[in-house]
Amino acid sequence: MLKPSAPKRQARNGLPLKAKWARDWQMVLLMIPGVLFLLVFFYLPVIGNVVAFQDFQPYLGIMHSEWNGLQNFVNLYDNPDFWDALRNTLLLAGVQLLLFFPVPIGLALIVDSLVSNRFRKWFQTIAYLPHFLSWVLVVTLFQQSLGGAGFVNNLLRHAGLDPIPFMTNPDTFPLLVVAQLIWKDAGWAMIIFLAALTTVDVSLYEAAAADGAGRWRRMWHITLPSLRTVIVLLLILRIGDILSVGFEQFILQRDSVGPGAAEVLDTFTYYAGVVGGDWSSGAAAGLAKGVVGALLLWGANSLAHRLGEPGIFQKRGVS
Amino acid sequence: MRPVWKESPSPGYQAIKAVILGGFALVIVIPILVVISTSLASDKDIINAGGYVLWPSHPTFKAYQTLFSGGLMGRAILVSVFVTVVGTAIALAVTIALAYATSRPVLFGRPVLLMVLFTLLFAPGIIPMFLVVKQLGLLDSLWSLILPGALGAFNFVVLRTFFMNVPGELLESARIDGASDFTILRRIIMPLSKAVIAVVGLFYAVGFWNAFFNALLYLNDTSKWPVQVILRTYVLQGKSLSADQLGVHPPPQPQSLQMAVVVVALVPIAMVYPFLQRHFTKGVITGAVKG
Repeated sequence: MLKPSAPKRQARNGLPLKAKWARDWQMVLLMIPGVLFLLVFFYLPVIGNVVAFQDFQPYLGIMHSEWNGLQNFVNLYDNPDFWDALRNTLLLAGVQLLLFFPVPIGLALIVDSLVSNRFRKWFQTIAYLPHFLSWVLVVTLFQQSLGGAGFVNNLLRHAGLDPIPFMTNPDTFPLLVVAQLIWKDAGWAMIIFLAALTTVDVSLYEAAAADGAGRWRRMWHITLPSLRTVIVLLLILRIGDILSVGFEQFILQRDSVGPGAAEVLDTFTYYAGVVGGDWSSGAAAGLAKGVVGALLLWGANSLAHRLGEPGIFQKRGVS
Repeated sequence: MRPVWKESPSPGYQAIKAVILGGFALVIVIPILVVISTSLASDKDIINAGGYVLWPSHPTFKAYQTLFSGGLMGRAILVSVFVTVVGTAIALAVTIALAYATSRPVLFGRPVLLMVLFTLLFAPGIIPMFLVVKQLGLLDSLWSLILPGALGAFNFVVLRTFFMNVPGELLESARIDGASDFTILRRIIMPLSKAVIAVVGLFYAVGFWNAFFNALLYLNDTSKWPVQVILRTYVLQGKSLSADQLGVHPPPQPQSLQMAVVVVALVPIAMVYPFLQRHFTKGVITGAVKG
């Protein structure tokens, strides 16, 4: 009996795989370098996270180190330094969210309502620049300005006042950190709100004005609501990132204010793992942070969907 | 044109806005100016001013001559330039190829796209990253600063979004004329996307130039340190550069020298950035909205 021949494997748009390959082989070649980079420098390290479940010994390597299950996580749980780092991270993230987040929105509203285009361009040029400077440079500039021998304290001394320890006081460290963040990134973060403001339908303003709404009412009832989608989107991203408060910024200032105030999860990972040689604890802290961060991002995004906002990942998948 | 429904600008509000924005701009500019001035100031200026100079009365390039005359800092500048140039070239090539290949409905396009987008969600962590770099034998090699940064998901999304907006008819007609995908990428897509490629190139270049933590993590050999690590060690932490490390005797006033290091870290960025600034909004928005 003759079996009906199995249908040829069909690609989605109807072409057989072979024909698709003949058509697309160059495109596939173009993907290869990028895919290799992803495999080696992203997916391989992702798998390398198994050291979090091992008693990892560098001279034995991943293959020969002993497995110890969740012991590293239990150790973390019992480690007061880890809890300090977590508390600092959440505190700093909270302060950043509260004090940093509104600044770019405010700046964008002011810039958008400016009459002079020249002043506007001039301001944008200056405000974007610090985003491109490294954290080392930003912290250095702060130190030269506000440090014990910096020029602000020089001025204070000339005026016969006592110098203020801006850069070394652990109690005011969160404020210093936010000031640095605003200095570096508030201007840049403004860009996305400015872009959203250019898409607002002018006829809305016109209609509101015809109905007698003054400039404050127009801002409250038209400008701010039209920014809502972007604000929600950025809040979600920020929440997903809440456990990464800014690694370099803290590692650079950890020595001057002390780990009590400046130790965050990332610096804990670095000091425990790479510096202290306790690779498994470091990896466990890093993995816990990565997983919780991804979950937070996912949770915040589905919350946004529930509130009827588009969020970052569209429901029908990425494209 | 001012729309008729808008009230005329009120002088009071205009003044408040100008003060807020002007103040913000001044706070950004003044520290940078002070640093540049101090780096150019003569020893006498610095001693008279007690540390910082707002305007050098006798500008001198002595500090820069010292830096560029070799030694640790001279090498660091070379290292940073090498990492930035080679890194940006590699990263652009890899990202452009991948972004173009996934911007059309092609074989394996979708799984590869998901592979990239997943990197936005989860970070592999410092320790496993360090172990991989170590296993590959890249410790104490400049490639450890270049290769892990060769594909940025955000830059990928910016480029891909732009490529997707190139009309398909254009590519179709090129294909009918016998052009291969390689030719289309080189002769049609890339010339059309010069501006956005330039912006993404700037983003990559800034990233490589600013590389600090990777250098701290992967490079023990001080002769391979890039500018940012020097900046941290000798300016922020205040270790003094000895005459040997500078290759010059006697070294100039430490203050102007330190400020010159700051300026060297700063100037390359301040120089390219104004040329690309007008393209920022477009690039950032296409990336952010579609990402």
